[in-house]
Amino acid sequence: MELVLAIGIGIMTGSGVWLILRPRTYQVIIGLSLLSYAVNLFIFGVGGVKSNAAPLLGEGVDVSTLTDPVPQALVLTAIVIGFATTALFLVVLLAARGLTGTDHVDGREQPK
Amino acid sequence: MSGWQQHLIIAPIVIPLIAGALLLFFDERQRVVKAMISVVSSLALAAVAINLFRLANGGDFEGVYLLGNWPAPFGIVLVVDRLSALMLVLASILAIPALVFALARWHAAGAHFHSLFQFLLMGLNGAFLTGDLFNLFVFFEVMLAASYGLLMHGSGPMRVKAGLHYIAVNLAAALCFLIGVSAIYGSAGTLNMADLAMRIGEIEGERRMLLEAGAAILGVVFLIKAGMWPLNFWLPGAYSAAAAPVAGIFAIMSKVGIYVILRLSLLVFGQGDSAGLGLNVLLYGGMATIAFGTIGVLASQALGRLASYSVLVSSGTLLAVLGLSNGEVTAGALFYMVSSTLTIGAFFMLIELVERGQDAGASVLAVTMEAYGDADEEEQEVEVGVTMPGTIAVLGICFAACGILLSGLPPLSGFVAKFAMLTGMIGTGAAADQPIPASVWWIVALLILSGLAALISMTRAGIRTFWASMEGTVPRVLVMEMAPVMLLIALTLTLTIKAGPAMHYMEETVRNLQQPGTYIDAVINARRAGVAEASGPDGGGGI
Repeated sequence: MELVLAIGIGIMTGSGVWLILRPRTYQVIIGLSLLSYAVNLFIFGVGGVKSNAAPLLGEGVDVSTLTDPVPQALVLTAIVIGFATTALFLVVLLAARGLTGTDHVDGREQPK
Repeated sequence: MSGWQQHLIIAPIVIPLIAGALLLFFDERQRVVKAMISVVSSLALAAVAINLFRLANGGDFEGVYLLGNWPAPFGIVLVVDRLSALMLVLASILAIPALVFALARWHAAGAHFHSLFQFLLMGLNGAFLTGDLFNLFVFFEVMLAASYGLLMHGSGPMRVKAGLHYIAVNLAAALCFLIGVSAIYGSAGTLNMADLAMRIGEIEGERRMLLEAGAAILGVVFLIKAGMWPLNFWLPGAYSAAAAPVAGIFAIMSKVGIYVILRLSLLVFGQGDSAGLGLNVLLYGGMATIAFGTIGVLASQALGRLASYSVLVSSGTLLAVLGLSNGEVTAGALFYMVSSTLTIGAFFMLIELVERGQDAGASVLAVTMEAYGDADEEEQEVEVGVTMPGTIAVLGICFAACGILLSGLPPLSGFVAKFAMLTGMIGTGAAADQPIPASVWWIVALLILSGLAALISMTRAGIRTFWASMEGTVPRVLVMEMAPVMLLIALTLTLTIKAGPAMHYMEETVRNLQQPGTYIDAVINARRAGVAEASGPDGGGGI
């Protein structure tokens, strides 16, 4: 399971990095979204990967059977913030498209 | 420690939050109401910041605030010590002139200026106060989200293009921030800075490698914000495209990165096996930044770019000097930080006034002028007494003062700051029996050269602006716009006159930072309200 998670994070990060280096704004925003998915999974992973484990501490419960609740709280915050900033970036992207008439990140096409 | 003083600690976050939210209820046409709320909030913020500054300077103030009354390593803490109090004061002092400047014209150039401005202050203050890494991330995002809006305030293709780059860079940086934070959590099991500093000695082997890797990634994020070469190509474009009051307040944003680096490097990586992590990167990266900024300053034609590259020179100086990890030099660097932030803030606002007489930027302002002023007001304003030669004279004097401050010449505070740093490096601060390393000489040379470059380009720009090409067009400047610039320059003058007490404060600050034990104790043993014994079941658990 760790291997699958690691490969998933790796593929998404790699694709994301490639995409944010592309010249079109749409590619950049998709790249950033992919990167944020990868980062969210990474945060989730640092608490240790466990299935069917509850994050609740009770009387007489063995700590090793529990999952760490902190990364889950962190990832929730990270998702919300990432979502908001991506939406904001989308608006700027549309404004840039409207003002410059091109979807190139520099606001003008490169001379051929 | 009395009750209400303790609650002052959270006020710098709550005041702008409430003010910013309140402002959203008012329509853009109710400009006077909005302006008043914003001014009142900023003044209250300054009062609170100065009060906290006094308390922190007093010594026996327990500046730890437990949110929700949870004990320290488990809950969220806000911490006020000398360094964060200094940054709070600097931010709120810079905010007032920027706001007053904006009230003259710029706040009418787009929607929600005041709300965004207040949220920016909230993010800044939160970043200075927070005691744990994840909240640092949250406040960074609050600050950045507001800065995205402010950067594009006034709109126009230039700003939107710069904003696009700025947002993309900062979103990528935010993702790196998360990776760094989670790597640190994965290896240390805590995000509280004091707890982390305490546990770092116990972490060994692969976990320590992960921790150091996480800290390094986190460091990259702060270096992006601080503008270290080669992570700074976004900065000149963004800062020179921003509206003048926005660029003025942005002068402190690059210092947030430096604040965090200073805090973490001395608290967490001050001693132990990981001591001095990344100091060489700061040293050489900072030197490269000074060199890059100096070349930029010399090459700039437009004043806005000149000011942006001055931001880089200032950041580079601070980073390089922090990389030396010498107490006396660091105290000088703190003084330099205050002085250069005020200078650059004033300079960005001054540039807009100076350039108003020229064609560049006139088109941007045309919309605002239509919205705000008309012919009647022009007449009125002349009656108020700002006669045309007077305007030029005042602008010229302020410009010269900025030049003197940027290049670090006497008699203003830029000189005191540079002198303090140089004394620490090669004067009495240097160890007498050891030879001074080559890197220190390089920094000394770069500092002096960057000052010379600033002097050359400021002189060149001054001659071109004030003597060569006025062509009869005199900038139309309101008193309300001139006053903030003069206030900031007057503050640097005060800083020069009061250089002794100010330096004393900086030295105390550095002494505090060099003894992380006090900070850790204060946070971990912070007393919970209404709980009689500090060592409850969890209270002393971390020790």
